[in-house]
Amino acid sequence: MLYFAWVREAIGRDGERVDVPADVTTIADLLDRLAAGSDDHARAFADRARLRAALDQEFVSLAVPIGQARELAIFPPVTGG
Amino acid sequence: MIEVRLQAERFDPGAELARLEALGSGAVASFIGIVRGEGGLASLRLDHYPGMAERAMQAIADEAASRWPLLGLVLVHRHGTLAANERIVFVGTASRHRAAALEACAFLIDWAKAKAPFWKQETFHDGTTRWVEARAIDDAAAARW
Repeated sequence: MLYFAWVREAIGRDGERVDVPADVTTIADLLDRLAAGSDDHARAFADRARLRAALDQEFVSLAVPIGQARELAIFPPVTGG
Repeated sequence: MIEVRLQAERFDPGAELARLEALGSGAVASFIGIVRGEGGLASLRLDHYPGMAERAMQAIADEAASRWPLLGLVLVHRHGTLAANERIVFVGTASRHRAAALEACAFLIDWAKAKAPFWKQETFHDGTTRWVEARAIDDAAAARW
């Protein structure tokens, strides 16, 4: 998993390796699981409306199944340009 | 000519425009995004998603090239720490007619703002920092295309 902008700051690292539990299907499920295990993750993932995701470098909604994806990134809405 | 670049270094708009003009298309349009120095801003840091940022910029450029008859397209986006009044982004388009050049230019910056993985963090003279919040108006601008 990769984290950017304030999500990275809230969690305190720019990424981590996560083995997706068998009973976790969607990105939102995985965020729930990680939030349950760590205060930093819970804080970073508290307001889902402020989070966006990319699965293998394609923008997706948090409701999407993770499937066999290798890279999941969580970040705020983009503000480039 | 479709050219997409992600770089920390400054760019020279004159040089980019000269290359577009040399294509001999008849019309060149451009947009330059600049760091606003208001509100006590000391610097702006542009965070990006390495790999995906380049892919997203290329996909946006390809989309523009598929929608308008362009002879040339240059999209340059910087990352890293920028001072007030530094240039952040350059969009240049060349076409046979002004409408295509102008529309494609507006499309490119609207989509680059809404669909490329960059994040701005402001640092102020008093030492505080703030991540810039996305604005609904930017999503609306991207959606009109």
